[in-house]
Amino acid sequence: MSLSATDLSAIWLTLQLASLTTVLLLLIGTPVAWWLARTRSRMKGLIGAVVALPLVLPPTVIGFYLLVTMGPHGPVGQLTMAMGLGTLPFTFAGLVVGSVIYSLPFVVQPLQNAFEAIGDRPLEVAATLRAGPWDRFFTVALPLARPGFVTASILGFAHTVGEFGVVLMLGGNIPGRTRTVSVQIFDPVEAMEYAEAHWLAGGMLLFSFVVLLALYSSRRMRPGLG
Amino acid sequence: MKPSPSRLLATLGASLLACAAHAAEVQVAVAANFTAPIKEIAAGFEKDSGHKVVAAFGPTGGLYTQVKNGAPFEVFLAADDTTPARLESEGEAVAGSRFTYAIGKLVLWSATAGRVDDKGEVLKRNAFRHLSIGNPKTTPYGLAATQVLDRLGLADAVKPKLVEGTNITQAYQFVASGNAELGFVALSQVYRDGRISGGSAWIVPAGLYEPIRQDAVLLARGKGNPAAVALVEYLKGPKAAAVIKAYGYGL
Repeated sequence: MSLSATDLSAIWLTLQLASLTTVLLLLIGTPVAWWLARTRSRMKGLIGAVVALPLVLPPTVIGFYLLVTMGPHGPVGQLTMAMGLGTLPFTFAGLVVGSVIYSLPFVVQPLQNAFEAIGDRPLEVAATLRAGPWDRFFTVALPLARPGFVTASILGFAHTVGEFGVVLMLGGNIPGRTRTVSVQIFDPVEAMEYAEAHWLAGGMLLFSFVVLLALYSSRRMRPGLG
Repeated sequence: MKPSPSRLLATLGASLLACAAHAAEVQVAVAANFTAPIKEIAAGFEKDSGHKVVAAFGPTGGLYTQVKNGAPFEVFLAADDTTPARLESEGEAVAGSRFTYAIGKLVLWSATAGRVDDKGEVLKRNAFRHLSIGNPKTTPYGLAATQVLDRLGLADAVKPKLVEGTNITQAYQFVASGNAELGFVALSQVYRDGRISGGSAWIVPAGLYEPIRQDAVLLARGKGNPAAVALVEYLKGPKAAAVIKAYGYGL
């Protein structure tokens, strides 16, 4: 193996970022997806479109807007400074915020599909058995939507690992703090040192393939929701 | 005599052919830091010669890779002198066509007026949170910035505060958005019509870093294109020189 110490620190940082982002996304994404799946509100189209925006926007656009809004002159930046937190760009916390926004649709959409696939019937049956709304959600909807949660977690995690543009715009390439794997690969490629890039780039390719293989194989074995 | 349709067509065809022969198109690859000046130079060149300039902008390393992989560029304006030399030695550029079209100047810049003094003492006081530079591995201006810090003996002191942009445009963006209080950027980014256009700046003395020679080269694809050859000549001429200087480059 020819992975350097900085490679390893980039890998460790990326795993931390992707794990934390996935956990936060499941916490934020579940109620959003539940609402999108059940609501008849006219706002559904609007919220759905906002959630899907990161799918189509170039990451550099997201990164640029985040850089400006989280900077000292932006509204979010002024808020965090008033709270004594300083500003978020160039910090790990800033990357987490960026990643949550960037990977949002990859978690919300599978969850929404899973909740929609359950339909009204099981929940109505549960209601006739006197299960309250929270009970229905936790003991009926959540278990039935499990494959959706598996898909959402894997996609959210993998998409954050592969994130590049947002990290590049927000991170400032600080070793051990904001230099993730994709940025670590980018440097030698830009400097035309292809041999150095191969180890990490190859590893990244392998990782992505294995993740997707696991995802699609698990789908085949458990057909149904998700 | 009324012009017959066939005669009209013939005349039209002939004039189209004439246009094609005179007004050729030239595809230029341009280092990101030279974006604004080349647009102005191209406008003058198009007016004088009737040729058309199509410019693509990007980091020098990235443009190099594109040239190596068959991009249709005919002239290359790099941000350094090594990449054009490399292309020449690899047979991708016309031998002997290489020349320095501009010499980059480094500036320590802040978007806030009065923050940077004209001697750069602000660096030594170390009263800032982030110092933005271009990636020293990939951008000549980033490399020059690390040379300055080394010669001032500040490399270790400011190291934890360094944030890197992938290219000099991004390094500038970090400072312009206020996220980094200070940054080493290209003078051309903050200089218009002979003066600093906003914020405060210290133009770093040339002795503190190796000269940033930006070389241009006629690529192999441009060899037979009169527009490409004409553009290279125009770049060496007085009209281009005036624009280049107005943007804060040396010659």
